[in-house]
Amino acid sequence: MLSFVLRRLLSSIPVLILVSLMTFALIWLVPGDPASVFLDASATPEQIENLRRQLGLDQPIWAQMLSWYERVLSGDLGQSILLRRSVADAILERLPITLSLAALALFFAVLFGILLGSLAAVNHQRWGDQSIMALALLGLSIPDFWLGLVLIVVFAVQLGWLPSGGYVPITEDFVGWARSMALPAFTLTVTQIGFIARMTRSAMLDVLRQDYVRTADAKGLSHSFVVVRHALPNALVPILTVTGVIAGGLLGGAVVVEQVFFLPGLGRLIIGAILSRDFPVIQGGLLMLAVIYLVINLIVDLLYALIDPRVRYG
Amino acid sequence: MADGRLNAVEGLAPHASRLRTLLVRLVANRSIALGGGLVAIITLLAVFAPLVAPYDPLESNFRARLLPPSAQHWFGTDHFGRDVLSRVIYGGRLSLEIGFLVVLATGIFGTLIGGCAGYFRALDNPVMRLMDAWMAFPAILLAIAVSATLGASVTNVVIALALATTPHTARIVRASVLVVREMEYVEAARALGARDMRILFVHVLLNSIAPLIVRLTYVFAIAILAEAVLSYIGVGPPPPAPSFGNIIANGRDFMVEAPWVTIFPGVAIFVVVLGLNLLGDGLRDVLDPRMRVER
Repeated sequence: MLSFVLRRLLSSIPVLILVSLMTFALIWLVPGDPASVFLDASATPEQIENLRRQLGLDQPIWAQMLSWYERVLSGDLGQSILLRRSVADAILERLPITLSLAALALFFAVLFGILLGSLAAVNHQRWGDQSIMALALLGLSIPDFWLGLVLIVVFAVQLGWLPSGGYVPITEDFVGWARSMALPAFTLTVTQIGFIARMTRSAMLDVLRQDYVRTADAKGLSHSFVVVRHALPNALVPILTVTGVIAGGLLGGAVVVEQVFFLPGLGRLIIGAILSRDFPVIQGGLLMLAVIYLVINLIVDLLYALIDPRVRYG
Repeated sequence: MADGRLNAVEGLAPHASRLRTLLVRLVANRSIALGGGLVAIITLLAVFAPLVAPYDPLESNFRARLLPPSAQHWFGTDHFGRDVLSRVIYGGRLSLEIGFLVVLATGIFGTLIGGCAGYFRALDNPVMRLMDAWMAFPAILLAIAVSATLGASVTNVVIALALATTPHTARIVRASVLVVREMEYVEAARALGARDMRILFVHVLLNSIAPLIVRLTYVFAIAILAEAVLSYIGVGPPPPAPSFGNIIANGRDFMVEAPWVTIFPGVAIFVVVLGLNLLGDGLRDVLDPRMRVER
């Protein structure tokens, strides 16, 4: 097990280096000079020159890259041009909101996805199966931000049950927090649940056809016991794979949903920075999200090894 | 044993009859019929927009602002008094055009990158690690960043979305190339002295095309959804030409008094994407038995 963990950790190093290199290179995507793009046309040449120096753009590329790595490795992501504060602080302040939104959605999507997928598999080719699969497909096809807008109009404006946006910290008021997160989390869950339900169903169908399931049925165990105790654990590996894959979709979805519900999370920070060309924040934020994605997939891979011994020795 | 022999016999069947079997299975698939039908209807509406749309999508009429759906305006009107139905029909043109171009670009680059990585062993590891790193960024944020940095235009939206969808596509092409590369007929071609490029493009890629077709159907759906998000954020195709996404973005400020401006284009996106997803599911079942989800 230990050697598997070590191998997996080592293999993520080149990807991490590439990820940081790509965030560094992002600034070179801008046509023209990033400093003059950020400042408006009225900026004096001195102001532009100052900003260039502040961003380190007056240095040769290799020196810029070196100092970028030096800073990033020591946890310094630079200063935001717009907010005039440390990028790392701004990110850390907003990160919990994005992570809790994504975690809530992931929890409900996994819980109900596995439940619905298993129900569908057990009722294979009956109406229960077909209606669950139709629902899963509908969820996959709804534009997330549009669903959010419709939910706001129905539940916040028309019915007045929930706030239309904004955020209440969990430390201040738990009920307020739950109310502010309900619609965003629901929106995000609906669009992700289909992936898990579909994968659970096909994995369960595979497993339910195995001999040991037939044996368990034949020796007189109740079918629901067989499904939960014998079939489901063996279907977990493919379900876990999808969970790792949708982690990226969840983070991206959270970014969009934050925008709709005015949640002051990392997504709003990055999109705001993109629109105002605040490059240090864009770079820092993207790097943060990519690292979170890599960590989630690392955890998923380690869970594989925990669930399925074949992976450890493979 | 019996299976092997059966496959061998099937392999000897004349090409035309295999094609016919495939066509029969494609037509008989319910997902393909339903999904293809939905996509075909929206596409026809978009192509024949000037004949179908009841009004000019750009013509404002300030006496008819924010009218609810009625016999004159089935989908109501927006804050400029423009007919929402006509805008949705014309919007389909731009959204489908963007989707199609993204599919084309992703198809080409995904195939080249994935094909080379899968075929040339030396390229495999570095190229796929690069794709891994690329995929670590949430695709939608990557698209927003690229579109915002390059400036809002239809071309840049296509570039942004193609960049966001290419790595996953490359990974899928690579996976099927890895399988096909080891087939006996590829070895035979090599023994006959065919060059790498000929083997890769004629023998390997053509035979690993099924998963690519399935993936590109989903890419089409992803592109339609993502175009709408880009428009919503404000970095999509610029006005006044309507797209599904920028009609919604325009209607957002009038969500409460005129929800129809936002709801109908959203439903249009939903219908196209549902159609494409159904089509993708059906194609996967017919073309690619290895990836088949049990019916």
